[in-house]
Amino acid sequence: MLADWILFIGLALVAVGSALGLLLSKNAVYAALNLIINFVTVAVFYLTLGAPFISLSQVTVYAGAIMVLFLFVIMLLGAERLGSGATLPWQRPLAFILGGILLFEAIYAILTRATGAGVPDRVPATYGSPATIGELLFSVYLLPFEVISILLLAAMVGAIVLTRKHDRAR
Amino acid sequence: MVPIQYYTALAVTLFILGAVGVLIRRNAIIIFMSIELMLNSANLAFVAFARVREALDGQVFVFFIMAVAAAEVAVGLALIVAIFRTKHNIDIDQMNSLQG
Amino acid sequence: MLLEEAVSSGPMFFSLVPWMVCFPVIGLLINMFFGGMILERSKAGEKIVGSIASVAVGLTFVVAVLQAISLMGHPEGQVVPLADWITIGDLSIPWAFQVDTLSVVMMLFVSGVGTLIHIYAIGYMHEDVRHNGDPSRFRRFFVFMNLFIAAMMILISGSNYMMLFVGWEGVGLCSYLLIGFWYDKGKDGIGNALAAKKAMVTNRIGDFGFLLAAFSIFYLFRTYDFHTIFEKAPEVAAQNPGALLFITLCMLVGVTGKSAQFPLYVWLPDAMAGPTPVSALIHAATMVTAGVYLVARSAELYVLVPTAQFWVTLVGAATALLAATIAVGQFDIKKVLAYSTISQLGFMVAAVGMGAFVAGMFHLVTHAFFKALLFLSSGSVIQGLERGHHHVEHDPKLKKLLKGHAHDFDPQDMRNMGGLKDQMKITFWVYLIGAIALAGIPPLAGFWSKDEILADASKEFTWAYILLTIAAVFTAFYMTRQILMVFFGKPRTLAAEHAKESPPVMTVPLMILAALSVFGGLLNLPFAGFHNFAHWLEHTLGELAHAGEFVPLVALLSTLLALASIGVGYWLYHPRRYEQFWSAPAARRPDDPLRSYIGPVFDVLKNKYWVDELYWSLILNPYIALSRFLADVIDWRFWHDWFHDKVITGGFNLLTRLLAVRIDLGGIDAFFNGLATLVQRFAALLRQVQTGYVRNYALMIFVGVVVILGYLLLR
Repeated sequence: MLADWILFIGLALVAVGSALGLLLSKNAVYAALNLIINFVTVAVFYLTLGAPFISLSQVTVYAGAIMVLFLFVIMLLGAERLGSGATLPWQRPLAFILGGILLFEAIYAILTRATGAGVPDRVPATYGSPATIGELLFSVYLLPFEVISILLLAAMVGAIVLTRKHDRAR
Repeated sequence: MVPIQYYTALAVTLFILGAVGVLIRRNAIIIFMSIELMLNSANLAFVAFARVREALDGQVFVFFIMAVAAAEVAVGLALIVAIFRTKHNIDIDQMNSLQG
Repeated sequence: MLLEEAVSSGPMFFSLVPWMVCFPVIGLLINMFFGGMILERSKAGEKIVGSIASVAVGLTFVVAVLQAISLMGHPEGQVVPLADWITIGDLSIPWAFQVDTLSVVMMLFVSGVGTLIHIYAIGYMHEDVRHNGDPSRFRRFFVFMNLFIAAMMILISGSNYMMLFVGWEGVGLCSYLLIGFWYDKGKDGIGNALAAKKAMVTNRIGDFGFLLAAFSIFYLFRTYDFHTIFEKAPEVAAQNPGALLFITLCMLVGVTGKSAQFPLYVWLPDAMAGPTPVSALIHAATMVTAGVYLVARSAELYVLVPTAQFWVTLVGAATALLAATIAVGQFDIKKVLAYSTISQLGFMVAAVGMGAFVAGMFHLVTHAFFKALLFLSSGSVIQGLERGHHHVEHDPKLKKLLKGHAHDFDPQDMRNMGGLKDQMKITFWVYLIGAIALAGIPPLAGFWSKDEILADASKEFTWAYILLTIAAVFTAFYMTRQILMVFFGKPRTLAAEHAKESPPVMTVPLMILAALSVFGGLLNLPFAGFHNFAHWLEHTLGELAHAGEFVPLVALLSTLLALASIGVGYWLYHPRRYEQFWSAPAARRPDDPLRSYIGPVFDVLKNKYWVDELYWSLILNPYIALSRFLADVIDWRFWHDWFHDKVITGGFNLLTRLLAVRIDLGGIDAFFNGLATLVQRFAALLRQVQTGYVRNYALMIFVGVVVILGYLLLR
């Protein structure tokens, strides 16, 4: 039990810290790297929650593909550093205040409304395995699965169309 | 096992941090990354609740969210690239021509 | 009596009586629609048009004769209804012809004398339209003349007062149309039109009296029918004598208008502006007798109201004397005859006023003969003079003698005549016959009729007898003056010297009329066995138609006075004396030999007692001033300029300005503009939300989320 707590707290600190790092770093690449750390941490959380497939796909898709894409674009645009002139004076303070309020509300909600339902310590071995997820994916959630494929197709086409060069008269 | 409230609290915290990040940062790509953070925190909440209920629907949903996030990133970054071509910077404060 | 016994119960032609109106109407319609074509296409067009008109009147005369024949067998007469004219409630006025002895008398001499005058007019108008320069107006004349005959027939044959009034108005209209026949000629180019207007207006005043009487009759009797009224008259008179007096006096007003008595006689002398056949037919023989006919027809009403009778007699006798004196001072040949007509009408009106209905009607008939004769002959004289004038104007040798023969040569002025008995023989003889008849010298017709009036007057109305006798004296005097000035002595102008006689179409009717003037007295010689006329009228008027007695004293006195008057006239105006008078240079010579004896009195007579001028200053000028006032001041200045322009238009403009500027622009527009401005400002306010910064939008979303979450949690 204690090990769970230590693990949890440690990972939580890393996650929050990397999130803060994303927030505060002026260098876009550093921000991206912070985000990668965050993703990996969350993937570990998934493992603790008994979702191996998800955690590994998180690492693959999020950290591996999406962040790489981000880094490519950052490099392409040369936007490592950006000057910051505060054009909207109230933006920052208000954002922090609101963030604090929301945090407070959320904590309040969690503490007072929690049902205290127990989380089962043990889960079956097949819980979270690719086979079981696959079964669910291809039976109950078949339609969303197919729709997602079309969505990805649309995203591909969209990305290409948006970045097309228009120097030739068509 | 850590009680599930803590996971939820963590997810909320990450969400808030992501939201604040969207609000504070001026670099479009960083904002995008904050949005990814928010999505990610939602994913964490989903998986946590799936664990509570011992059902896998939450995880399937996370799968979908990841796919959608990927698609969204692709298109979003393509947009940013396109905007960069005309505006030559990605400071979103410079993109205020739709003001009333 | 002889005639009656001869035809005991003869044929009946009463139903033909509507043709008396139809024939003239057909004649006038033919002339109206085809006359123009006939005049243009045919050389004898004028003769055809005139013949159509004359034949129409001639046929009317034939129908009248047939009515007379029918009456001989059926003397009580008959009412021939034609159609229901007006039927409202208990009022029923039919279009019905009353054929009785009184109306047939009128029918006979109106259509008979009318035919002769129509024939004469063919010749007269032929010259007249050329003299006045408009030959196309020929058929218009005959259309109007036929219309007149039709109207007069309606007047005398009506069986109720309303039908009589229709005819009354109709003859008034025709009088107007015919007086103003040459409407563009006369003094200043409108003289004739003004004369026609004067006739119409004066007649209208008389008509007003007639209408008052008619409506009062309806009020009292609930009907207009003669028979019914005369039956009910005695009981109505007993109940309501004042009403009957009112009716008869109002009728008297109508009579003074139509028959030219004082005070409404002033139109007749001016009416001489019309062509001479018009003067003869309408203003001597027929229309002016309508008033006398009215009184004779209403005899049964008048005898019930002695006061009215007094007034009628007074008006008649006074007018007779007044007009006779005025005639003495006139120089226009037609004016003398006009005043003579007024005077003789006065005789007739006095006669019927006195209750001597037979005498009045008798004189009416004989007067028609010799007055028509005199007027037509005077027309012949005038045209003879015009022919002479024309001849002089177009003969260069003669024209040289003139040295500016006046352009305003008046062919009607007796001073321009003289010696015409040699130039125009037939005209002279017939004129002489007419003059003697008028003067009342036996055994011509005029003597018998006038004498009967005087005889009847001498019995009860001595004052009237005196007035009428004096008038008769003047009558003889002015006719002598006229004959001597016109026909005797040397011609005083070149035109008179070269005057020519009129063609037979004119002289033959004159001769017929002259014969009637001579023998007309036979109608009613006041001797036993000869009172045909009285017996004839008895059938209609009952015992009111008393036969006139022959009073030898009266007859002798009137004859002697007439002869004496002729003698005085001859002494003053006989040829040699007049020539001497005329030979004095024009500048120093007075206008008439009479002036040296009565001096300024002659001016009074010449100016007709200034009655016209009196009417102008007392009545007409104030009336015109009043109407000018009403028109200029009240209608234009007040009503139009002030009230309409300022009050109504100004007020309306004010109202529209108020509505447009204050309410529409100021109020409504301002409201809506304000509304729009409000929306605009609000929108501008709201627009500030659209900062263009995505981060702001995100912040707002975030705020929303926080708020909602907070709400959900705190609920």
